[in-house]
Amino acid sequence: MSAMAEERSARAPWALTAPALMLFVGVLLIPLAMTVMLSFHDWGQYKGIEPVFILKNWHEIATDPYYAEMFWRTFRIAILTTLLTAVLGAPEAYILNRMSGRWKSFFLLVILGPLLISVVARTLGWALLFGGNNGLVNKLLMSLGAIRSPIPFMFTETGMVVALAHVMMPFMVLSVWAALQRLDPQIENAAMSLGAGPATIIRRIIMPQIMPGVLSGAIIVFSLSASAFATPAIIGGRRLKVAATLAYDEFLNTLNWPLGAAVATLLLAALVLIVVGSNALIERRYAEVFR
Amino acid sequence: MRRNGPLALIFHSIFVVVMVAPILVVCLVAFTPEGFLSLPTNGFSLRWFRTIANYPEFVHAFWVSLGLGALSSLMALLFAVPAALAIARYRFRGRDVLAALFLSPLMIPHVVLGIAFLRFFTSAGLGGSFAALIIAHIIIVFPFALRLTLAAATGMDRSVEMAAVSLGAGGWTLFRRVTLPLILPGVISGWALAFIQSFDDLTMTVFLAAPGTETLPVRMFLYIQDNIDPLVTSVSACVIAITMTALILLDRFYGLDRVLAGKGDTGR
Repeated sequence: MSAMAEERSARAPWALTAPALMLFVGVLLIPLAMTVMLSFHDWGQYKGIEPVFILKNWHEIATDPYYAEMFWRTFRIAILTTLLTAVLGAPEAYILNRMSGRWKSFFLLVILGPLLISVVARTLGWALLFGGNNGLVNKLLMSLGAIRSPIPFMFTETGMVVALAHVMMPFMVLSVWAALQRLDPQIENAAMSLGAGPATIIRRIIMPQIMPGVLSGAIIVFSLSASAFATPAIIGGRRLKVAATLAYDEFLNTLNWPLGAAVATLLLAALVLIVVGSNALIERRYAEVFR
Repeated sequence: MRRNGPLALIFHSIFVVVMVAPILVVCLVAFTPEGFLSLPTNGFSLRWFRTIANYPEFVHAFWVSLGLGALSSLMALLFAVPAALAIARYRFRGRDVLAALFLSPLMIPHVVLGIAFLRFFTSAGLGGSFAALIIAHIIIVFPFALRLTLAAATGMDRSVEMAAVSLGAGGWTLFRRVTLPLILPGVISGWALAFIQSFDDLTMTVFLAAPGTETLPVRMFLYIQDNIDPLVTSVSACVIAITMTALILLDRFYGLDRVLAGKGDTGR
């Protein structure tokens, strides 16, 4: 009897996960493998895709400076976006955490809510705010005396970073927020009773403790920004290409699928390396926090 | 704990205004009585909301999005609920690998998924079909459905189930009458979050959608690429209103921070 029950419980988890597993192997792993293979195929204007094994696309990406420039732009935008969200999002999460119950949950809803609102709608909002040289943002900055002449936001990297930072901000606030929940408020009081000023408390007590939260938020924001599509496409227009919009062009306009597949494969590989690498670094550096 | 000082409150106010501004401006421009993009300075008008009706492609795209979201999130749950129960209850070889595989659509960039699905469904002869969209959306919303069901199944009190078993319940009856009702809040929240993710997805869907199967975000994106006028702001305002309703319901019934809490650690 017990042997039978044991055998059943050994088979049960596989029976329960089998449908999902088959779905994932059939419709996720196989298509991904097909995409990697596609990047080694040949393509010509008139002959279409030829299923041969050549390094033509990879050679083109490695040698044509256009691709180096495009990938560098993609990662530059992602890094700036990550910095902007960290510098603004971490203090905001800290301020939010110190609010009283009702305000805290209200503002948490206001700040995290946009995460679920269509990226197209949010980016459209920025396109309206930027809108040419006399857009609302420029009018406001000029009337405040912050700038003398309007900053071009539309079709520039500046505009892309601002709009992307807005789209990604909830992820950073959420991540720092989670780190703050693990923090013991008594430590802050203890530091204060020992004579530490507010600046010292933030620098010596708060910062070191929320750093893992900031870093894991940074990894999410970076990988999402580097592969973002909607915001760069709408704000950047047709000329300023990043990896995702270039792959889209190759697939749906030029129809050079193998080259597009190579760009996508490279983007995926680069992101996996960066994310896994920095995760490992953070876990080693902050081993005591994750224990 | 200390209270926030005036400087902190000023920073907070500016932060919140900037977070809300782009969403607010879309909703305001949608009510303009003018024929061009402008803030409604002389009164509100529903003119641009009525204009939507003259654009059947937007109306059609809305129904495609609604059907796609509802069907794909429901079907994702059919796969996710048993998988979540297995992962929550059994310690078996390959459990961590399976969990990582099931959550992996969150980590793979949607542009890569879009390309992979386009290649796959085109060679399978399903290119541009609604069926292809459903299957692709099941994969991308699966992690959200799994995670919330998993949270509910892990926190569940098993003694009720054992009582039912001792009274002779088993198999399907046990699941339908005892287990499912206990994990239902998690399952429903998982469905709602999965629906929102499907309803809002652009990056993956833009590769798969063909004329006739374009979803609302795809239709809006293609429209914006050509020109930005008040029409697309009124469509956006409708989308924002639908999402906000779902959001407020989710917050009431489950707590938004709980829904989103797990979202931070792997990203999309």
